[in-house]
Amino acid sequence: MSPSALTISGVDKFYGPIDRGVHAVKDLTMEIGKGEIVALLGSSGCGKTSTLRMIAGFEEVSRGAISVGGRQVHTLPPVRRNVAMAFEGYSLYPPLTVRENMAFALKAARLPKSEVDAKVASIAKLLEIEDILERYPSSISGGQQQRASLGRALIREADLHLLDEPMGQLEPQLRAVLRGRIKHFIKERGLTAILVTHDQTEANALADRIAVMEGGVLQQFDTSDRIKERPANLFTGTFVGEPPMNVFEAYVGVAAGRINLRLPDGLSLDYDKDAFSAPVRDQLLSRERVVIGIRPYAVRRSKEGVPARVSANQWLGDQTHIAADFAGGSLVLVEHDRTRLDLGAPINVSIDPKNLHVFDQASGKAISHGMELA
Amino acid sequence: MEHTSLLERILRGVALTLVVIFFMFPIAWIFMMSFQTNETILRIPPQLIFEPTLANYTALITGKLVTAAGTLDIAFMRNLWNSVFLSVTSVAVSLLLGVPAAYAFARHKFRGSEDIAFTLLSFKFAPALLVLLPLTLYFQKLGLANTYIGLIWVYQLICLPLILWIVRGYFEDIPADIEYAYRIGGHSWFATFRKIALPLAGPGIAAAGLLAFIFAWNNFVFALVLASADKQPVTVGALAFITSSGIQYGQISAAIVLSITPTLALALYAQRYLVEGLSLGAVKG
Repeated sequence: MSPSALTISGVDKFYGPIDRGVHAVKDLTMEIGKGEIVALLGSSGCGKTSTLRMIAGFEEVSRGAISVGGRQVHTLPPVRRNVAMAFEGYSLYPPLTVRENMAFALKAARLPKSEVDAKVASIAKLLEIEDILERYPSSISGGQQQRASLGRALIREADLHLLDEPMGQLEPQLRAVLRGRIKHFIKERGLTAILVTHDQTEANALADRIAVMEGGVLQQFDTSDRIKERPANLFTGTFVGEPPMNVFEAYVGVAAGRINLRLPDGLSLDYDKDAFSAPVRDQLLSRERVVIGIRPYAVRRSKEGVPARVSANQWLGDQTHIAADFAGGSLVLVEHDRTRLDLGAPINVSIDPKNLHVFDQASGKAISHGMELA
Repeated sequence: MEHTSLLERILRGVALTLVVIFFMFPIAWIFMMSFQTNETILRIPPQLIFEPTLANYTALITGKLVTAAGTLDIAFMRNLWNSVFLSVTSVAVSLLLGVPAAYAFARHKFRGSEDIAFTLLSFKFAPALLVLLPLTLYFQKLGLANTYIGLIWVYQLICLPLILWIVRGYFEDIPADIEYAYRIGGHSWFATFRKIALPLAGPGIAAAGLLAFIFAWNNFVFALVLASADKQPVTVGALAFITSSGIQYGQISAAIVLSITPTLALALYAQRYLVEGLSLGAVKG
């Protein structure tokens, strides 16, 4: 692995007194390689912004250590950490124009004016803000302010670029274009970036690896494919993926040589014993209750199968989302063709054991993904 | 504005005129009185047409007050100087102490910070006269009675809480991230305070300073008790116009005109800041 750009080891963050205040980040450990783009993904209040601000030095680290490029930085003031940051609230300097705001970030580097101008021009082109360079922050739109703020962070040469919700205010088309350009820019210069977002599309598109956080705890830190295919627990399973994973509680039983996963409402998914690999089968049979998860793309309609009843049917222009009442809950399936199904229509669904995610009922930890143990 | 009807405009004009007359009349009347002798002032019914005299101003500036009972020495110019000196120095000291303190209270929440800030505000709760008796005793023991330093110190009771609380609000209105953005760009904490926080809170600091100046200038009771004649400001000095041979209305008026001129000039000059400063946050958007 490339040398580490950022190491977070055993970091806790308490707002208020240690061990008694609000525990915002819990025993966080992660390592980010040089040149990597990492997304901190999670819902509001999951601790992702607290983590970012601890790296930047705006929040104290209650316990643990943070190093940037091998230097311990968590006790240093922000000025000595050599990190650049784009703020969620933009935080442009109101008395300065957009150009000055961006050039200002280079001031501490003491570059010649021609070089500063060239850098500002290239970043402005990248972010499509060339036409507003002479305007003041108060006279431009939120999206423009956000791009200016992003530009102010990207223009700097720093060991680490921290981007807090860098594209939340942009229109979808522009967002898609800029994502590509920014990723290219970061990769081309070999910068290391940490991105905070609650938008998984953005995380998927920009990041090499995604750190999913919830309740101050790092749930999983892996590539986006692996997070999708092998979610570490029930939370990542249901949080990542659109539409979300279908989840049902099931009792494990054996009857006539077949494994039954008994669902509520008297339904049951029956599989041949040999349908599972030996380790997965052993794990299943050693438990009484499990939670099973199925991605909506993996649910198939079939002639025979478990009955369900259509409760919603939406054609999104490129795929159909069908929701069905199933086993006391709701099951969502996605089909690529336009499907004509009336509300209340009975359907039968089948689920390939290769697509079954099994989680521990008590802890939510993943037990198996398809044929492999977690 | 194009949508206002004629009637509306007339009514607004009338209302504005009434307000201006209500507030300006006393000042205008005093201004007129300052150019009259006691006799013309006390004439009944009062007359708008009179022969203006500069005698009142001459008396004040030369310090010789001629009354029926003889010539009195008055130290008005000295008082005026004292007022300027005391107010300016007090506000300067308050700004020097209060602005960094306000910043600290706004940005760094530490244990007991709210209590300290509230204690400072509570200086304004106690009636001045209640504080004065113990203060006088202490000041005499400490040798601070009848000194400029002592007075400036006591004036901090007026200026400091005002500046602290107004300016603190301004600092709180500046998004902390703007300062963070500056600090992460490679600047120290102090540079951030100087280059970002101070300029952004500038209008608020100006407004608070001006307001504190006006309060300090108009203070009467602290100086009355703690200072003797040569250290007294105009507010106390004006008492000298109540003489054994009657109240010298002409000179009082002239003295008022002279003593409100500095604050009025300052307020008019800084009016924009005052109104903006007191009604708007420093940073928008």
